[in-house]
Amino acid sequence: MATPETKQIDELGISKDYQYGFHDDVKPTFKSRKGLDEEVINQMCDIKEEPDWMREYRLKAYEIFKQKPMTKWGGDLSQLDFDDIYYYVKASDRSERSWDDVPDDIKKTFDRLGIPEAERKFLAGVGAQYDSEVVYHNIVEELDKIGVVFLDTDTALKEYPDLIKEYFGTIIPSADNQFAALNSAVWSGGSFVYVPPGVKVEYPLQAYFRINSENMGQFERTLIIADEGSQVHYVEGCTAPTYSSESLHSAVVEIVCKKGSRVRYTTIQNWAGNVYNLVTKRAMAYQDAQMEWVDGNLGSKLTMKYPSVYMMEPGARGEILSIAFASKGQHQDAGAKVYHCAPHTTSQITSKSISKDGGRSSYRGWVDVAKGAKGCKSHVVCDALILDKESRSDTYPVIEIAENDTKIEHEAHVSKIGEEQLFYLMSRGLSEEEASTMIVNGFIEPLVKELPMEYAVEMNRLIQLQMEGSVG
Amino acid sequence: MSIDLTIKDLHISVDGNPIIKGFNLSVKQGEVHALMGPNGSGKSTLAKGLMGHPSYDIDSGEVIFNGVDILEMEANERAKLGLFLAFQYPTAIPGVSLANFLRIAVSATRSNGTNGSEENDLIPMREFRKELREKMAQLGVDDSFARRYLNDGFSGGEMKRAEILQLAMLEPKIAILDETDSGLDIDAVRIVGESVSGLVGPELGVLIITHYPRLLDYIRPQFVHILLDGRIVESGGWELTQTLEEEGYDPIREKHGIAETVQ
Repeated sequence: MATPETKQIDELGISKDYQYGFHDDVKPTFKSRKGLDEEVINQMCDIKEEPDWMREYRLKAYEIFKQKPMTKWGGDLSQLDFDDIYYYVKASDRSERSWDDVPDDIKKTFDRLGIPEAERKFLAGVGAQYDSEVVYHNIVEELDKIGVVFLDTDTALKEYPDLIKEYFGTIIPSADNQFAALNSAVWSGGSFVYVPPGVKVEYPLQAYFRINSENMGQFERTLIIADEGSQVHYVEGCTAPTYSSESLHSAVVEIVCKKGSRVRYTTIQNWAGNVYNLVTKRAMAYQDAQMEWVDGNLGSKLTMKYPSVYMMEPGARGEILSIAFASKGQHQDAGAKVYHCAPHTTSQITSKSISKDGGRSSYRGWVDVAKGAKGCKSHVVCDALILDKESRSDTYPVIEIAENDTKIEHEAHVSKIGEEQLFYLMSRGLSEEEASTMIVNGFIEPLVKELPMEYAVEMNRLIQLQMEGSVG
Repeated sequence: MSIDLTIKDLHISVDGNPIIKGFNLSVKQGEVHALMGPNGSGKSTLAKGLMGHPSYDIDSGEVIFNGVDILEMEANERAKLGLFLAFQYPTAIPGVSLANFLRIAVSATRSNGTNGSEENDLIPMREFRKELREKMAQLGVDDSFARRYLNDGFSGGEMKRAEILQLAMLEPKIAILDETDSGLDIDAVRIVGESVSGLVGPELGVLIITHYPRLLDYIRPQFVHILLDGRIVESGGWELTQTLEEEGYDPIREKHGIAETVQ
């Protein structure tokens, strides 16, 4: 029976399985032909009117990409066809500072995703990327005035060329891995954040990434520089339409945490189930700085992402909270890496993964302590919850220690939802589905409580959507 | 008219082994029954079977709640009708606070229809908090108790108090208390006993399943039954607890020709 509500959903063309699976008929102002070569890269540089050094940087990265063999570890990439992808799809001519100036059809998408509303309510700044280009970027006036920069990376390249040139590709060089090389060659969009010394940005800055075109490759590039004693929280969210063919999202995120600064980077990844999400994220933390990654992976076909922190000077701290939820047809190969390069640095990795309906989640972790990095501490906890017999969970922890005077702890637990837990909750009036959802929500609670209220609510809602219909 | 739970010739087996063998009993709202039996007599099997645990196979018999046969119902449907089980060993649900859990459970059982998981199906927060605070005060538990994760790291006494708090909040018609006194020291038994006693009234019927009579000092049952080898072998009043206290189960075993169960 079609209730008024489902009828409305049908009219909107929203897939019932994946709430954000709709696509809008937005005619791009430019779309490169399928596949990648020097010509496509040169076209991009021309359209973007980039300086020569960036053109050279891209072409060099492309050479590296061509030489790198296809990644063999992690997830199954055999179906990923680099020739069947559009590498550059430009939906709008420029990035606007007012939603009123964003083209109507694109603005409609973000309205449906609730982005402008969220900005009004609780954010210090918002960026919105649609396919290859950022269409909207704004920051509250007070922060603008005291020198906080929050721009799309293309605009930042024009307005802050020196800062970009100084840091771009220094945290993650093109040769780091196959997908970092690809991103370096064809990057477009992403955010550039600079927080001046001592400035504490109280509310989160948020970027929202939307893939709209089919067979699209989105390669945003984000660079965050937190100057001495500053503080910032950056949040990103992402969705895409549900197409029958695959799309690729391959971002590079570089973060510099200078002395005494504190950066938190939160991701709630909810790509459609046909997106390859292959992302390189890395931060360098200097003296007494603190870097925190909060990484929630709920969507995508395959995610390979291991946010890392290099602790370069004494007192630096790295913290990574990872939540992965793999459902039918999904493989979440997530994890974390921490490198103790200086004495008296500390790190904490907490990973929680959930597998259901044949989904597979893997934890891949790396803890490294360099020679001479005395008095380091690292604590790793990785918990997996498996909801049924069809689902799978693996852990691949690596610990490399070249220094005796260190304290490393690693705990791992795998659990299943027990019959006794379900019976207990059901005896209090909860249905089996409600009971399972409650157990799953409880399992990730230690991480969700670290999120700002609005994102915690969103996370719980996404978990609930994933759980719906899971009990036959 | 008062609601009743009527059990007729019930047979339950676990992993193919018959445990409950022809059990008959009727508990009405306003009544307090005690079911006493030694270890291995089938007390917990009966309790979980009545609540609908999927591992306990009902071989034959009937369980009628207020005129409705509930044997085909899931545990949550039984709960919504007004049946409650206080567990001997409650399960921990890490990450779920007692208060959050209770708000959803209260909404699910009281609404008796909607699923209670959507925000607008939930009992209003203010109303819920007020009621929870009052009932926690009656039980002598601190406010912070509600913020702790359900049964996670609870002491034996805390677990049992949490069970009784749930009993108080869910307001069932018929409650089964499975060895609620086990693992408690004398003071905890008194607190739990007095709390349950405070809840007993015309709206609530209680079946207290126990090994020792000490909880019954606080909640006087009108009816006492002795469970041996999966069925009731003797029924009577308060005096039966006194006989048990003085003589133990052996004379009753002998009388009914039942060998002691080896655990």
